[in-house]
Parts: sequence; C-alpha cells; structure tokens
Amino acid sequence: MEMLSKKATCKSHGQDSSYFLGWQEYEKNPFNEDTNPLGIIQMGLAENQLSFDLLESWLARNPDATMFGSNGGSIFKELALFQDYHGLQTFKTELVEFMAEIRRNKVRFDPQKLVLTAGATSANETLMFCLAEPGEAFLIPTPYYPGFDRDLKWRTGVKIVPIHCSSLNGFRITKAALDEAYDEALKLNLRVKGVFITNPSNPLGTTMNQDEFNHVISFAVSKNIHIVSDEIYAGTVFDSSKFTSIIEAIMDRTLEKTDIWSRIHVVSSLSKDLGLPGFRIGMIYSNNETLIAAATKMSSFGLVSSQTQYLLSKLLGDKKFTRHYIQENQRRLKKRQQVLVSGLQSYGIPCLKSNAGLFCWVDMRNLLSSNAFEAEMELWKKILYEVGLNISPGSSCHCTEPGWFRVCFANMSQETLNLSIHRLQAFVTSNGDGNYQNQKLSTRISRRNSLVVS
Amino acid sequence: MKLLSRKATCNSHGQDSSYFLGWQEYEKNPYDEVRNPTGIIQMGLAESQLSFDLLESWLAENPDASGFTRNGESIFRELALFQDYHGLPAFKKALAEFMEEIRGNKVTFDPRNLVLTAGATSANETLAFCIAEPGEAFLLPTPYYPGFDRDLKWRTGVEIVPIQCTGSNGFRITESALEDAYQLARKQNLRVKGVLVTNPSNPLGTALSRQELNLLVSFISAKNIHLISDEIYSGTVFSSPSFVSVMEVLLERNLANTQVWNRVHLVYSLSKDLGLPGFRVGAIYSNDNTVVAAATKMSSFGLVSSQTQYLLSAMLADKKFTKHYIFENQVRLQKRHAMLVRGLKNAGISCLDSNAGLFCWVDMRHLLTSKSFDAEMELWKKIVYQVGLNISPGSSCHCAEPGWFRVCFANMLEETLDLAMQRIKDFVVSTATKSSNTGRSHHLSSKYSARKSLSKWVFRLSFHHDSENER
Repeated sequence: MEMLSKKATCKSHGQDSSYFLGWQEYEKNPFNEDTNPLGIIQMGLAENQLSFDLLESWLARNPDATMFGSNGGSIFKELALFQDYHGLQTFKTELVEFMAEIRRNKVRFDPQKLVLTAGATSANETLMFCLAEPGEAFLIPTPYYPGFDRDLKWRTGVKIVPIHCSSLNGFRITKAALDEAYDEALKLNLRVKGVFITNPSNPLGTTMNQDEFNHVISFAVSKNIHIVSDEIYAGTVFDSSKFTSIIEAIMDRTLEKTDIWSRIHVVSSLSKDLGLPGFRIGMIYSNNETLIAAATKMSSFGLVSSQTQYLLSKLLGDKKFTRHYIQENQRRLKKRQQVLVSGLQSYGIPCLKSNAGLFCWVDMRNLLSSNAFEAEMELWKKILYEVGLNISPGSSCHCTEPGWFRVCFANMSQETLNLSIHRLQAFVTSNGDGNYQNQKLSTRISRRNSLVVS
Repeated sequence: MKLLSRKATCNSHGQDSSYFLGWQEYEKNPYDEVRNPTGIIQMGLAESQLSFDLLESWLAENPDASGFTRNGESIFRELALFQDYHGLPAFKKALAEFMEEIRGNKVTFDPRNLVLTAGATSANETLAFCIAEPGEAFLLPTPYYPGFDRDLKWRTGVEIVPIQCTGSNGFRITESALEDAYQLARKQNLRVKGVLVTNPSNPLGTALSRQELNLLVSFISAKNIHLISDEIYSGTVFSSPSFVSVMEVLLERNLANTQVWNRVHLVYSLSKDLGLPGFRVGAIYSNDNTVVAAATKMSSFGLVSSQTQYLLSAMLADKKFTKHYIFENQVRLQKRHAMLVRGLKNAGISCLDSNAGLFCWVDMRHLLTSKSFDAEMELWKKIVYQVGLNISPGSSCHCAEPGWFRVCFANMLEETLDLAMQRIKDFVVSTATKSSNTGRSHHLSSKYSARKSLSKWVFRLSFHHDSENER
C-alpha cells in the first residue's frame, strides 16, 4: 500500500521547475555588495523593495498600530481571541477603500463580498476548490506565473489549458487563441469552467487592453464560464489611468445585471503593492453570494493573523498616507523600469513595452544559439552561472516561444540594478562574436520596432 | 452545467451541525454582565481567557517584540519580505523548545522537522492531504471535535470512520474498539490510512493513558498505518497524571528510527495553551522527511504571518516567562475546572474525571426524558434557550451514547461561571419540581421569592417558550 498520498510524493507541486531551481542556486551564492560582490544577483523574485522607507516612517509615527492599541494593553486580548473567518470589519473596510483608490475609485467594493486569505496563493487555490471539480479545467494565457501550476492544480486536481499568446502581437489575448484553447480542452475531454487572467500580467508587466477585455468577456458569456482576474499587481501600474479592473470592464459594457456578473471573481493581495509578502494578506472578491459563503468557510485553512489585520487596518485607514504612498511608489517603479529597459536596449536587448509590474519581459532571442528551448536553457544557465544573474526563463512561464526572460527590477538597490545591467552588457558584448549572433544583431533593429505595441 | 463545485455547494463543511448552530444563537443574544445579563452564556467555545494578564505584562516589558525592532534596530523590512515556507528559524527553534518544555523535556524536537501552518486547522487538513487519497479513511475515537468533519474531510475527500468509545469505561480506547473500527472501514470498502487521536482529548478533557498510547502504537504497527496525534491541548494538563506524548512512548519502546517512527505525526498550536487563536499559529511535527517536505510546500497555502512569528519567537525564547506561564496557567485552569465540577455536582450532575483541556465532559443522561439522541437535542435546546447556556451536545461530537455534553470553563469570568452554575442548578431544581408539581404558577412564585435577580430571566423563560424558533 502506498504510504503517503500521490500529492505528497509526486512532482506536481511544480517545484522542480527552473523557476525554483534558479532560486536555489541564488541561495547557495547570493550577491552581497560587501561580503560577496561576485555572487548571483537575484532578479527572479518579483518583490517590491522600493518604498519601505515610506512604510517605516509611518510605523515610527504610529506606534499604536503594532503595540496593540495603547502600550500593549488595551486590545491585545480582543485580537488574540479574534479568529472569525469573516475577518476584522475595520480592516476589510479599509482594504476595500484601498483597492478602490488603486482603481481610481472607478469601482467600489463591498466589504461583505470580500474574503480574507493567507496570501493570494491561498485565494487562488480556494477559488479553484469552489469553482471546479477535480479534472475540470481553467484556460490561462501564456506566459503565466509558474506558481499557478502548484496553486491552481496541485491539491485541487484542476487542470490548466494554455491560451497561447505570441510575440507577433505583443502577447495579447486573441479570440482565435481563446477558441483554440477551448477546442484543445474538448479534445482532451476536459470540461472548461473558466478563464484565469492576471491583470496586470505576470510575467509580461502589461495591463489588459479593451480588445482583450472584449474577447475574454464575450468568450466567458458565450461559454457560460467564470472569469478569475488576479489583480495582485494592480497597484504597480506606473500610471493608474491605464489600469482597468475586470469589474470596471464589465460595468463599462453594462453587464452588471446579467448572468456574467456572478461569474466574475477578483483576487488580490498586499504582497506586491505594499511590498508585504511576509504578512500573508490576500483576498477574494466576488458578487456571487454562494461563492463568498463557501470561500469564507474555506478561509479557515488560511486565515490572516489578527495581529496583522489590525496593523494594516490602521495603515490603510490613514488615507493621506495611502494616497501619497500609491503615487510615490508608482513613480519609483516607473523610474526603475526605465533604468532597466534603457540599459538593456542600449546593448541590443529589447523589452516588451510594459506599464506595470515589478519586472520586464525581456527579448533575448538574438542571444540564442538556436531557436529552441534547449538553447534557452543553455542561455539561462550561462546567465545564471557565468553572468551571475538569476532571471526566469520563459519556458518556466510556459511561453510558447524560446528566448524570452522575466527580469525583476524592484527587489534590489539602484546600485545592484546598475551592476546587473553592466554584467549583462559585458556578456552580450563578449558573446557578440558568433555568426549567428551577428546576424541576429542586425535584425534586432527591425524586430525592436515591431515590438512597439499598444 | 453546475456553476460552482460540489465542495462549494454541499454541506460537508459540517457547519450546519448543532455545534455551530448553538454558536449562532449565542451571537444573536450574547450574555453581557451589564448590557445583557439574561443573555446566553457561551460555554461552547474552547478558549482560554484566564492568563492574558501574564501575556500583556510580558508585552509591556518587551516592546521590541511587537514593534518590529530587535535590540532597538528596525527589522521591519526583513520581516515584511520574509515569506519562506521553512519559517523563521528563531521562531521554530523557540517553538520546538516550548513543545519540549510542555512534555517535561522527555522528548526532543528538531526544528527542521517542524512545519508551520496557519493554525491546527490547516495542519490537520495538510496532513490528511499528505497521507491519504480521496476516498481513503482515518479512524477517530468518538467523541471527537466537530471541526474534524470539515478539517479532515471537506476538501480532501478523506473519510472518517469512528472508533466507538463508551461511558462504561470512561471513554477509553480499547483494542476491540480499534479492531471494530478497522473492520467497519473494510466493510465500507474504505482503505484505512491512519488513526487520528486528540491528546489530551477534546471533548473529554482526559489525557490518553500509557496503556492507550501503547495500544495505538501496536495497532498502527500491525496495520502498517499512520498515527496523527493532535496535541493542541498538551499545555492544558493541570493535574496528574502528567502529559505523556506518543513520541515519549515510541522512545520508551525503542522504536526511534524504525518504520513506525516515521508514521507518527504530531499537530500542535498556540491557540489553546497560550490563548492566541487569532494569531493562527499551528505546526506539524513529523519524523518522515517526505511528509515534512510535502507539508512544507503545502504550507504555502496557509503560512504564519512573519509579524506574528517574530513576536512569538521573542516570547517563547524567554524561558523564564514560559516556565512561569505554563505553571501559572495550569494552576488557574485547575481552579476553574474544580469550580465547574463542584457547581455541577451541586446540581446533581457529574462529569467525566478529567485532568486537562478547557472543558468538562458532563453527564446529563439522567436529565433526558428518554435514552435517545432526540431527547438529547430536546435537552440541549432547553439549555440553550431556557437556561441560556450554549453547551455542546455529545451528538455533535459523534458520541455513541446520548446525554453527554461538553461544557467549557475557561472562556469567561469567574462571576459568569458562577452564574452559569446557578442557572443550571435552578433548571435542574425546576425540572425536578415540575415533575412533582401540578401548576406552573406555583413553581414560578417560589422562584420569584428565591432570587430577585432571576425575575427578568424567568419572565424571559415563558416568553421564549412561545416564540422560539425550532431548529
């Protein structure tokens, strides 16, 4: 008899992928400006470390938020006992206002329709448990966040069928791609329960445009399926006016009074916007009452610490602070992204034009020895071991074309970013001698122009 | 096509059980000494509120721990970014040592074999995912914590087969009960993957005896299955015999590093011992590296907030404090327990002899109108609506015999416990009187003269009888 379950012994947690392996190599030889200046620079971790000073100064001005009210006395007991899966009401109220602020208040959220979860990781898995039976499927546009293979599939038994997006149109979702994915699922005898989008996209760093919304929404309406929109990067859009939440998109098309309204579910988190992944604050938002009721009960398996809910209710309750934070954070992110993009561009490495996220989707196809994933892996290892940068290869994100890499820019100091660009520049220069490379160099310019997408 | 999954629309989260319903009734009409003195007293919540003063004074003396500072320097950034599912090393070390302390240092725990989870709720579900396929089964001794029906079964698809324990031997686990359960599973075509026990027991409040532990170890050895020991109440043992963990028994039998050693897993939490259920701190301890590895990855779905890990790493590292806390907390629990037992005895009600937990397992069989679960429900409703106490009926804990109730004693003020005892006494007296008197008015007038404070409550008794919603 099998001693442990298949879940425990199989590899479908997906953690043998290069995404995680690169991480491990970094852990063995991490860059440190002083103690290990030749070490591997971590550029595979989508973290936001740019605005901690703002948070730290807020904390210094508001000691009560961490001291349980006043001098460690007054509400400690109340918080220590608070395990209601409906969540701390004050926190949920402030959280939905923060989410609305990020969306330029074009959408208002009802705290009663919000479920708190220990991170978006938990929110996404919970939604799968609620929306699909084991063996049913969700369609997801490629490239996508490698963690989804674990979060959406592992314990739920749900399948992922990719919606193939291509560089030819800047990786935008097309109607044809949606239809193809649906047909593919049918061929595999999989019942499709919904489409799962990440907006802004990880790893692309782009926000969904109106065409894409039209395609996805019509598709979901006609197939009578769900749309899950993971909006975890909503707060990292450099210019707020360029982000449209799925809820706004539905309202713009006056579909709130139709069936689809109860099939729209939003996931978010404070891990990227506020840079607080350690605090495990995620959420599910939906107009579907049955779903909210079920997800609320399921959140028992991953509640947010009441100590943390309290701290964040105070932080987010300071509207002057949040307004300033959102703006300043976006400004800093935009600046960083520009440093990376221009640095790479000057050495012939283009990036997909992006307006959000903590990373760039970098086109290194002209550095491949051949147009193949083996060549991509070869290049990835060179960059990891020789150049000393841990970046994420497109294959780990299920990209259909080899040669694309996700490179993070917000999880290090300015100096370290400059150093990493310098290292890459040195690598490109030294590798520019091969014939294949020379040919690719000359076509770079024309290809770069084709990447200027909407 | 069905819009939502079966999991989302079915009732197997078990939350329609009376355990949760009584809770809801309390929420509608909660007792408050000042604002609602005739409200329902919550005695169905196994929480400890007895030792917050100790925690609060520690916090006041150690502001660094809540303030994101270490030796005066800010570590906010470090903590804000820390999402490593291996957990904060300082916290795991302190937690492992705290667990050792509770076991009288008879067992040692390696922090590397500890997996942090958002509460024991998450730990139990994770272990079920790791050990069993959907459709496979765990054997659980009855009566058991109602939450297990949700935690172990709901999303995992795992089944529970009861090991029936009875009042005739103090609900102790017997060899024949184990074997009967195993055979019952087989008859139902269920493959048994393990036994799950809660030690000390919820709802019994008893610590498993060495005999029971030995029985369990032999049983799982022979059947080649797992044993999960949920030791969430291990720090609440307040009188002898002192707590014996199954790990200790394995060591005594020289079973360390044998096959069975790898099949015994502990679940722990700080929700009961430290009274911090809101902070969501749970743990799995296993000697099996594959289980540890898989559970660690699964903990991604329910990590403990780094802010909380840091606070508790500082608190639990203060050994002077933890020693004092454990001792003092147990003294207070014992006192409360004695109060409840005495109060019930005064009303002619006995409890199962117990030495742990935050509740008593109370024998109200003699108050049933008939020896049936319907009568138990009838009695329960009377106690909730008329007496104004939310206690947990044995049927919600899957008890094989009607008439037993779990009554909590650590989640209220002493005065409130006193009042609860008085209400029970009055109820028992009135029930006895009712059966020997003809008219209700006669009964009521004697009550009015007896206690002025009861007048409002008595009035409510008749009001409620007319308007209560039957569930």
